[in-house]
Amino acid sequence: MQENEIQEALFKIVKVYLPQDVKESAIQLESHLMQDLGINSAHLVDVVLDVEDAFDITLDEKDMEAMKTVSNAIEIVTAKTAS
Amino acid sequence: MLLNPLEKIVANLPYGDGFKFVDQLLEIDDTSVIGIYRFQKKEYFYEHHFKDHPVTPGVILTECMAQIGLACLGSYLMQDEEKPLQCAFTENHITFLNTVLPETTVIVTAKKEYFRFGKLKVRVQMIDESKNKIAEGWMSGIIIAK
Repeated sequence: MQENEIQEALFKIVKVYLPQDVKESAIQLESHLMQDLGINSAHLVDVVLDVEDAFDITLDEKDMEAMKTVSNAIEIVTAKTAS
Repeated sequence: MLLNPLEKIVANLPYGDGFKFVDQLLEIDDTSVIGIYRFQKKEYFYEHHFKDHPVTPGVILTECMAQIGLACLGSYLMQDEEKPLQCAFTENHITFLNTVLPETTVIVTAKKEYFRFGKLKVRVQMIDESKNKIAEGWMSGIIIAK
């Protein structure tokens, strides 16, 4: 899967969990999921589970902690789908 | 008198008597839980909801489902944890189909959808003792050991 395809899929997943007062345009590669986009810890779990389903991978606690920004998520997905 | 494992879960819930909406668990395993609660005539909210016409508030029915479906099942799933548990209700979508009057026993069934990274999501259903469906939907919460 190309990096831009991964990015597009991730933006689509993150969009679902944005609080009402955060616009979709706020999602950028370097956006911090919790601090910039206001995604709470319960929804962060949903993001991780949706990422697992979308890319058919399994993520652990360490991956979840590393997944601070959208671009961190792309790195993790790229590494997991390559292996 | 020794408590059996199901009684122990209920006894260890963090709610005080005025806000504990679980009497007994009938069944519990890694994937599901069934619990019951009888709404007593003397519950404090009946005096106000509604004036001269007591009906159990939807938020209380939701709380009852969350205590059985999330807090009880969550503490069962975390039973090997030695540190004390903290739980927080995070999200729900419940449809109400019937009312619950004072002195009604409700039976709550919850089935686990997932328990990952400390988040428990369940499908829940509430019926009354005459098997009328009261409510159904899903809810989730966070259970962590601190």
